[in-house]
Amino acid sequence: MSNIALRIGQTISLTLLLGILTVGGVAQTAGESKTAAGSAPPLPPGMTGADGKDPRANLKPGLYDAGEAASGLRHLMLLRKPGAFQLDASDAESAKVKNTLGAIGIANASNMPASARLVMAQLAFANSDLAFQGKYLFQGNFYGVNIFDISNPNRAKLVTSMVCPGGQGDVSVHKNLMFMSVEMPNGRLDCGVQGFPPPPPGATADGRPLPPSPSKERFRGVRIFDISDITRPRQVAAVQTCRGSHTHTLVVDPKDRKNVYIYVSGTSFVRQSEELAGCSAETPEKDPNTSLFRIEVIRVPLTAPETAKVVSSPRVFMDPRTGVINSLTNGGSHDSARPAATDQCHDITVYSEIGLAAGACSGNGILLDITEPANPKRVDAVNDPNYSYWHSASFSNDGSRVVFTDEWGGGTGARCRLTDPNVWGANAIFNLRDKKLDFASYYKMPAAQTASENCVAHNGSLIPVPGRDIKVQAWYQGGISIMDFTDPSRPIEIAYFDRGPIDAQNLVLGGAWSTYWYNGYIYSSEIARGLDILELLPSQFLTQNEIDAARSIRVAEFNVQNQQRLVWPARLVVAKAYLDQLERSKALEAAQLEELRSAISIAESSRLTRGLSRLRGLGQTLRERALKATSPIDGKRMNAIAEILQQPVK
Amino acid sequence: MNLVQSSSVSYALNLNSTCLSELLRSRRWASILILIMLTPSIIFTTAATAQEPAIVQPGAPGRSTRRLPRSTRARLAPLTVADVSFMQGMIVHHQQAVEMTALIETRTANSDVRSLGARISHSQADEIALMKRWLVSRGYPVTAASGDMHAHHHGMGHSDQSIMPGMLTKMQMEELTKADGAAFDRLFLTGMIQHHGGALDMVRDLFAVAGAGQDAEIFNFATDVDSSQRAEIRIMQRMLEKPTTGGK
Repeated sequence: MSNIALRIGQTISLTLLLGILTVGGVAQTAGESKTAAGSAPPLPPGMTGADGKDPRANLKPGLYDAGEAASGLRHLMLLRKPGAFQLDASDAESAKVKNTLGAIGIANASNMPASARLVMAQLAFANSDLAFQGKYLFQGNFYGVNIFDISNPNRAKLVTSMVCPGGQGDVSVHKNLMFMSVEMPNGRLDCGVQGFPPPPPGATADGRPLPPSPSKERFRGVRIFDISDITRPRQVAAVQTCRGSHTHTLVVDPKDRKNVYIYVSGTSFVRQSEELAGCSAETPEKDPNTSLFRIEVIRVPLTAPETAKVVSSPRVFMDPRTGVINSLTNGGSHDSARPAATDQCHDITVYSEIGLAAGACSGNGILLDITEPANPKRVDAVNDPNYSYWHSASFSNDGSRVVFTDEWGGGTGARCRLTDPNVWGANAIFNLRDKKLDFASYYKMPAAQTASENCVAHNGSLIPVPGRDIKVQAWYQGGISIMDFTDPSRPIEIAYFDRGPIDAQNLVLGGAWSTYWYNGYIYSSEIARGLDILELLPSQFLTQNEIDAARSIRVAEFNVQNQQRLVWPARLVVAKAYLDQLERSKALEAAQLEELRSAISIAESSRLTRGLSRLRGLGQTLRERALKATSPIDGKRMNAIAEILQQPVK
Repeated sequence: MNLVQSSSVSYALNLNSTCLSELLRSRRWASILILIMLTPSIIFTTAATAQEPAIVQPGAPGRSTRRLPRSTRARLAPLTVADVSFMQGMIVHHQQAVEMTALIETRTANSDVRSLGARISHSQADEIALMKRWLVSRGYPVTAASGDMHAHHHGMGHSDQSIMPGMLTKMQMEELTKADGAAFDRLFLTGMIQHHGGALDMVRDLFAVAGAGQDAEIFNFATDVDSSQRAEIRIMQRMLEKPTTGGK
């Protein structure tokens, strides 16, 4: 190992020398980065870019001391990335850091700002997705998983750092099991951090670089841990797949209590069949058993998770009539030498209660019937001229809409600059009716970001405000944006939180990867900085009653890609939230609102011992009023209030 | 030793793991532990608040998980020469795409081609910046010394040493530069499909080298190049099939 490192070191010093000769590369890059900002490609004609006047547009840079802007959100705390996920010192000037950087080839980092140097080296330790169970939050990382106790969101604390590299550490949790995605070639079955040492530079076979040696020690797929002891997760199974697992989705079949299923989305290269039997990167024409053009389904028996295995590899891109495996993908092109096609899903969100899943599958958004979880069937597919890469999907709670995201540029690029169109790298909202998707509109976080902030649509979850469709979402260094898409053709932003770039000159990868609502608070996985916890504040767009109603929903477990239908309790605070909405939409007159609110207030202050028959009477009046409501959504709100007033609970 | 794995006990008492394991060697202590386990859980909750976080590393499936010392810090995966060559080569490759899209302004009014070209130009200019950052921050020059660059001979049958897979030859570039209108659209789209196809080859070749692609940033970048350019190829193929004259 050290020999190899030494030899690589020698090669590096040679190239380093060349680097210095070409006028200290970094100074040059910083200059170019400025130029890049100034000379970003112009806004295409007829399109709208980002808003440069937004308070988020020019925040002070910094890793831990960046400027912040917020609206409708209060930042409670940032828990910095734990020590076991940081390089061996916090001081970028220290000999230890320099040695570590040197050992991996970062030999000429001295011209970079200290914050950039440290963070650049820490991309291998990027925070990723989140899952929740009870008082625990599970934060995935390219290097493992960190588990936090969030019983007090103002004083959340680290419980366990689990070291187990392999990227990107997409994480789910169910009962005593934790699932984790691994896709990178450094992933090891034994969670080792050493990766696989490369052969000495210059070693070739027939003049070509040596191919990777097949290794039974390599792991790419889905790991399964027993977390009965939260401080000591134990690996019980590691299910290998050909492309590894970029993301995965927990599927709980309401009809099957003995098993859970995992949908595996692999986006990376197919490994050699010598390493994992049956893997094939051939085109479907050459090999009908190709590992491309499919997802994998793992069945996990809950009482014997160690026997988990791939039970099917659904051809979700197949044309069921012709049997052509790459039917979505061909684009019908006959004269091209290279069939380039949708051969992968990036992420799938299942909504078992309505028997559907929405797949964001590189070139397409697809809809799957998942009545039989191990045998999903495509029922619709869409594409969009402004979409580059279909990345993730979420349903509205009533299942009548799907929000897709476009991760244009893969999340590493600055795509929210003044000149980046507001329909590229955006959400696309679709109406969903009779298993058909129908485009409604785009939404993009509106504030202009600098050229040193990676920014594009990323992961989010619903905020369960009754009567409205609201999604909180991560936009990398574009921060957190909360979108109201109750009217799918006119989504609006109702709250946000943002920081300045990590570094002024260099784009250092960072920002919010996943931002989810869980039992009353918002948790945001910050790639470079750590874990952010926030709470909603009332504003002109959202009342305290609406926030309290959202908080009335409690779940025991939360994996955002396994969407559960949320049902609000018949509490008066929920009725009050609907009333605020009817006031906002001017569907009820002031006198009626006043009458309802005072009746509710009397019932509340008596702890539901007085005024109940009055509530029922008012509810009945509202039902009649609902029949005459000018907008269907207001009619629904009135009926929902009447339902609660019929028999409110504490 | 099963006792240690019981969550409440290890959670509450693992103040000092050496001390604990010494304690457990004695049976007497083990029985005291059982007693402690049976006492009200409030004791454990109080103890747990002062608890240091556990740092652990699981073993292979079925193996035990070991505790790591508090001083544990992260370690990076190895880097290879192929990683560096990939980045250097891809810069050259991307630069040609930017040159190609720069022609659009004066050659065609087709709004589909213009819009697609703008997006490719945004993406690739941005990615060039990323690759330069990656190289420079690791002490490498952004262009390879002439001997370093691996010539790629599969693909489009060119023999120019400096050219990367899928790149348009001088002749193809001249032809594109001279064309306009529908002819330009067709040459641009076929040319860019060829060009993007080369990027897919470069990604495939990178992961076909021992030890390459273990660095998280290069892995992500190469994988993103593959998926986004694959998607763009598909869009261009559709545009070729159903050409529009544009000007919407």
